[in-house]
Amino acid sequence: MSRSAKITRKGAGVLFGLDGLVALIAGVVVVLAWDWRVTVLLGVWLGAWLVNNGLSQLGGPWRMRLVPVIFGLTLLVLWEMTVTLFAVPSVILPGPLAIAARFGSSLDVLWGDFVQTFVKGALSGFVMGCGAAVLTAVVVDRSPFLQRGLLPVGNFVAALPVVGIAPILVMWFGFDWQSKAAVVVVMVFFPVLVNTVAGLRATDVMQRDLMATYSASYWQGLFKLRLPAAMPFMFNGLKIATTLAMIGAIVAEFFGSPTQGMGFRISTEVGRLGLDMVWAEIAVAAMAGSAFYGVVALIEKRVTFWHPSQRGR
Amino acid sequence: MKSFGPVLVVVGCILALWYGAAVLMNAQWERDQAGRAGEAIGWAQIVPKTMAQERPVLPAPHQVAAEFWALTWGEEVGGRRGIVQSGSLSNRGLVLHAWVTFSATMLGFAIGSGFGILLAVGIVHNRAMDASVMPWAIASQTIPIVAIAPMIIVVLNSVGVAGLIPKAIIAAYLSFFPVVVGMVKGLRSPDGMQLDLLRTYNASAAQGLWNLRLPASMPYLFASLKVGVAASFVGTIVAELPLGGAGLGTRLLAGSYYGQTIQIWATLVMASLLAAGLVAVVGSIQSRVLARMGMGA
Repeated sequence: MSRSAKITRKGAGVLFGLDGLVALIAGVVVVLAWDWRVTVLLGVWLGAWLVNNGLSQLGGPWRMRLVPVIFGLTLLVLWEMTVTLFAVPSVILPGPLAIAARFGSSLDVLWGDFVQTFVKGALSGFVMGCGAAVLTAVVVDRSPFLQRGLLPVGNFVAALPVVGIAPILVMWFGFDWQSKAAVVVVMVFFPVLVNTVAGLRATDVMQRDLMATYSASYWQGLFKLRLPAAMPFMFNGLKIATTLAMIGAIVAEFFGSPTQGMGFRISTEVGRLGLDMVWAEIAVAAMAGSAFYGVVALIEKRVTFWHPSQRGR
Repeated sequence: MKSFGPVLVVVGCILALWYGAAVLMNAQWERDQAGRAGEAIGWAQIVPKTMAQERPVLPAPHQVAAEFWALTWGEEVGGRRGIVQSGSLSNRGLVLHAWVTFSATMLGFAIGSGFGILLAVGIVHNRAMDASVMPWAIASQTIPIVAIAPMIIVVLNSVGVAGLIPKAIIAAYLSFFPVVVGMVKGLRSPDGMQLDLLRTYNASAAQGLWNLRLPASMPYLFASLKVGVAASFVGTIVAELPLGGAGLGTRLLAGSYYGQTIQIWATLVMASLLAAGLVAVVGSIQSRVLARMGMGA
């Protein structure tokens, strides 16, 4: 970062910091006469915020890593305190502690749902859909005619609410994981296709000429030059597809499922007002989603280590 | 318009494949019917029949088009409950449902993108916010929010918040993230030279925001608004699933309960047209604004 940018940053930080502080103190004074519980919550928030502000002013790699952790913990503490102080009924919003207790006591059910939805539905669909998309992209790339025709259509489909076909696919493939995988395949296909086709065109004329002077065949050119060059684009598509896969698998279960699965559990437990179970299921979904995304990002880092966006930090 | 011909060919191929698939997938039912009646049936009789089933496995394109026409123009102009005869939109037609979904999408999109822009300004100007909010904004997107949507809707309904607002909240949540990411990138896009120039003018942070950072972020903003509007539309449709009443999502679920395949497809056509229209509107605003600013391609 250049020196001037640092100065601007610092100036803005002090300015906004003071503004925020004054506003918060004023707010605390105003609500003090209104409700002490709000004051307690605001106090916790203000304290954590001051700690974070101080830490980020000091800088340093591990301090900066601590800041988001404190922020997340503060949110959890505030959530628990809100639920306890205001005596929110657990059928509306259970606190994090109650959710954690529920999570611990029903691990086997959660594991069964996870396998049904994530491993059988989302993961198999993700593999099939992305594989098909990459193969199609290689075929499309050979023909400029198909490129010009298929890309606008693919872009159009990528913007459509594809989740809508879930009821149809559930009708065709039955209630078990096959229909969920089919929904996932359709959802991930077009984003990956569009990104991969764009990536396969990302080589310069110079590089392709070099391959030609080596008298490389089409397949050598594809495997040694164009596929590696397409990897950063492809992983962009794959990372979008991880979220889409989770969404597709869970939403498809709302239209019919065996008596297992995260979407099934969420919709039935909402009906039985077992909101702590619903939140435990959401926690599983969040962890599975983050881990899935993280794994793909990690593979990206290993595969595209040469790309500027990976070397930057 | 170089790609007009190829696109036409590809769309033609898709339609041809669709007809072929419709014949193959619907043929079994016709054969079963004929078998039950004790008749032998050949492909010559099967093919036309598969095009005209009442509840086909896969309706043929022209059936979907006819249903779409009947549920929009036909229902509103000719129907007893249509706008011409009763003065209000028919609850059997698609126009009312599309309108309900559209208004929730717009409300959510406005909330989400407004909030996203504010958050991005905060993130760019405050280091503590950058360090603490950004990782969680990214993590929040790995949660399949649409999976929680039905629960949020039901809970909000039980607290007494009903109507457009719950759906709009889901839509807002889905559209805020692309806007935050795009705007943070855009607000940071001015380079060191330009920031230095503002320093030499002794410009305040607010002046820097209004005169340099915001104009520089416009291309990024519109790129993410296009993603955001599509995302908030999907969010609204999913949020409508558990609700009775009106909306395209409700229509989809009702269609799947009663096996009305043609109706599901017609609803999907409506949803696709609406989504494409929303993206196109944002796109045309983008090209106008960028052209006025001298950044048009």
